[in-house]
Amino acid sequence: MKFVNFINQLDKRWIYLVVALVVIIPFVFPIGCPMRITPPVQSMYDYIDDSIPENGVLLIGVDYDPSTMAELHPMAKAMTAHAFYNNVRVIFVTMYPQGSGMAQDIIEKTLTYWNSANPDNQRELGRDVTLLAYVPGVSAVMLKMGEDIPETFNEDAYGNKIEDLPVMAGVNTYDDIDYMVELAGSAVVLSWLMYANGRYGLTMGIGTTAVSAAEYYSYLQSGQANGLLGGLKGAAEYEKLIAEHHGFEGRRDASVGMDAQSAAHVAILLLIILGNIAYFIKKKKEGR
Amino acid sequence: MKTKIFLFLFILPLLAFAQDNQTTADSTHLFDFSSVKDFKVTDVGSDDGTALFVKWNAAEGRDAANLLRLYRETMDDSARVILADSQTLSGEFLDENLDRAISYRYVLVALDSLGNETVGRMETEYVSPKVNFFKKDKLLLLIMIFIYAGIIIVLVETVKKGKVLFVRKISGLDTLDEAVGRATEIGRPVLYVPGSSTMSDIATIASLNILGPVAKKIAEYDTRLIVPNRDPIVMTVAKEVVKESYSEAGRPDAYNDNDVFFLTDSQFGYAAAISGIMTREKPATNLLLGMFWAESLIMAEAGNTTGAIQIAGTDAVTQLPFFITSCDYTIIGEELYAASAYLSREPLLMGTLKAQDYFKGLIIVLIVLYFIFLIISSIAGGDVAILNKILEMIRFIFNS
Amino acid sequence: MFTRRTLPLLIAGFFGITTIIQFFVPHPVSKSYYNLVLDWMIIVTAFTYLMAVQSTVELHTTKIKRKVEGWQYSLIVLISLGLTAFIGVFGGAFVPSTFLMKLIPAFKPTSTSPLMYTYLYMQVPMQSTIFSLLAFYMASAAFRSFRARSFDATMLLVTAAIVTLGRVPLGEFIYKGFPEVVEWILKYPNMAAQRGILIGVQLGIIATSLKIILGIERKYLGGGK
Repeated sequence: MKFVNFINQLDKRWIYLVVALVVIIPFVFPIGCPMRITPPVQSMYDYIDDSIPENGVLLIGVDYDPSTMAELHPMAKAMTAHAFYNNVRVIFVTMYPQGSGMAQDIIEKTLTYWNSANPDNQRELGRDVTLLAYVPGVSAVMLKMGEDIPETFNEDAYGNKIEDLPVMAGVNTYDDIDYMVELAGSAVVLSWLMYANGRYGLTMGIGTTAVSAAEYYSYLQSGQANGLLGGLKGAAEYEKLIAEHHGFEGRRDASVGMDAQSAAHVAILLLIILGNIAYFIKKKKEGR
Repeated sequence: MKTKIFLFLFILPLLAFAQDNQTTADSTHLFDFSSVKDFKVTDVGSDDGTALFVKWNAAEGRDAANLLRLYRETMDDSARVILADSQTLSGEFLDENLDRAISYRYVLVALDSLGNETVGRMETEYVSPKVNFFKKDKLLLLIMIFIYAGIIIVLVETVKKGKVLFVRKISGLDTLDEAVGRATEIGRPVLYVPGSSTMSDIATIASLNILGPVAKKIAEYDTRLIVPNRDPIVMTVAKEVVKESYSEAGRPDAYNDNDVFFLTDSQFGYAAAISGIMTREKPATNLLLGMFWAESLIMAEAGNTTGAIQIAGTDAVTQLPFFITSCDYTIIGEELYAASAYLSREPLLMGTLKAQDYFKGLIIVLIVLYFIFLIISSIAGGDVAILNKILEMIRFIFNS
Repeated sequence: MFTRRTLPLLIAGFFGITTIIQFFVPHPVSKSYYNLVLDWMIIVTAFTYLMAVQSTVELHTTKIKRKVEGWQYSLIVLISLGLTAFIGVFGGAFVPSTFLMKLIPAFKPTSTSPLMYTYLYMQVPMQSTIFSLLAFYMASAAFRSFRARSFDATMLLVTAAIVTLGRVPLGEFIYKGFPEVVEWILKYPNMAAQRGILIGVQLGIIATSLKIILGIERKYLGGGK
């Protein structure tokens, strides 16, 4: 009975301790559970693989800040590498100042990995990839991009004129972009869907945090987005796909975290079960 | 100019090459253009005068023996532009980014098996794209807006004449008074979070609409109100709303400009700072109303730990479970938009609230009708013309 | 009264109505008007950040002046604000600026700029920590709320358990069909409920927009009425 009372009045801090332990331990002793690819991830991968022509343009929206990078950064890195494998140009854009730092980090890390792994097929900033300058205004910027991209930004984040950049050659409006993947943990995804997809017909995919993923299934079903990466699991699946099909050997940040996530989910389930058992025992006692 | 030079340089060798090979191609095969009919160019309607649509059909009983190539020519420029190659005798092409001051014509030529042009061509008349003043494909949407606005006006007038409209109880909003009263009793402040989004989000505007009456009540009770913001524009509006409400309550002196402030535009930095305010200031009441994302639980749990009464409201569907778990009352989805009318009982606002319900009723009726007709259609085997027509009509309405 | 109420309402009404009309008119004049409005929006937004800085500086200076409890933190805020702006302007955004490289030769064009340095080694760990709190809060919230009190609560509990397990590889390890069941739950029951709320929300959004454009809703301008 003492135990039942303890569970029923459990101090939150015990739960925090359990969660901390089950997250840390799998990082030290990984299990390596097998993983299957879910359809929304597969369809995004297939679109980038099959439907973007050689030298085509992939626009990646980096609208997140360091807080959600644990889930969204691995997606961005995997996708950039995927575009490099397919000789697709990558343009990063952000609606928030903090996203610039994130995009810069992705570009730097992916270029470093790629150029060391493929010394005879180097990628270059400004020729194969760039980050557009930050312009405030969110929805106004998205709408303006549909009218004239060079006029919206004038230059990239590194201070180069858009017209001097080979990566931007022929990119004037959304019509010249083959695919866009929007990565964010906030409702800015909806703005992109409404303005870039809804008003200008840009084909889009979404990468979002696990917390928000359920919200975007309706847009997936209605065809407004053709793929969805939800949280760390979505990123891990994408990493698995490029590793299997393109021999990606870089750091697989999301896959590393999968065991910890599995363990945390099981721990939470066990806590819920324990809570319910204690609840029923108490209820039975009181009923008597 | 650059493009023109480029096109010229690109097309010149092509033409020269075609000339060289024409003799051989001619001797083997000549394309009969009577196998292509209705080669026409039309203006694309509902646009800004920058596009033309070209179409051609195969004459009956003819198969494609040759590849067809479509060119565009202008009256004052001899250079022609290759637009598309077609494997079949029927085809269409949407030519965009044209200049409405120029007249264009389109030319079809046939290619032989080696890919060289054969003699003979088919051409359209000269046409220039026309500017339109209305997007015809959006007509239904415009009608819908008029219907909706019409319902609003009619209902507003009815309410003005004195008709009382029924609005169901929204417990989250009913408790607002009580929650503010409790803060006054224990002498602690009220924390009002207008969401993490910008002014372009209607949920933020709805939240600021609730802030008005809440601030007025707080001013009357002489309690402190704290409004931290994530967006500078929202902050400016919030300041105005609170200031005006304090004046209206007859307490302009009690308004403190530093209690409505900007925190940070970082999503989780904002959540962290609000958790900090909750822990340090220990507000008796936390009102979390507006748009929230993944950071919602951080604020709600922090408030839950301090033991404050929490009323949350958002239209972000995925954040509702977190608020329901950690807050005392949750205003769900459109209740947030109804709040303004619900709290003030103003006839104008009540009328629009009712109009919203009627329009929703209309959508539900359409969905149910679609569902019924879909079932009947599938029972009948799916090929009853009239049923398909009705289903198509409903689909068209929703697509618009 | 005119500048505080009537003028703002007139401006809101004018831009609301012209933007709706613009949507239906494809003429180039309408397009250039639209572009003009977008440019204005971008420019106005850029300037609002000045107001944010003003609000922050004013709030924290007052706190320091009045020596309110925890005023030392306000000092840290102001110093950080000034320092970040300074190194951003003079040190360059992603790569060190030429000014910085001249001043301190140790900075090469390939080295990380001081601003990026503070971003990567201060902001990133701080913000990630806040996000990671979610895991702890979610566990405690789930533990508190998921009790099989009634039939509905039990349904919720079972569904949550399936989705929780099915979203991680371990779930697949236990039962192969888990991911498909989860996809089904997300695609159908979840969608049905969400669509219902979404339709209501969207209508609410249209109604609120119309109310603002027509000047029926004016509480956002302040005051209870």
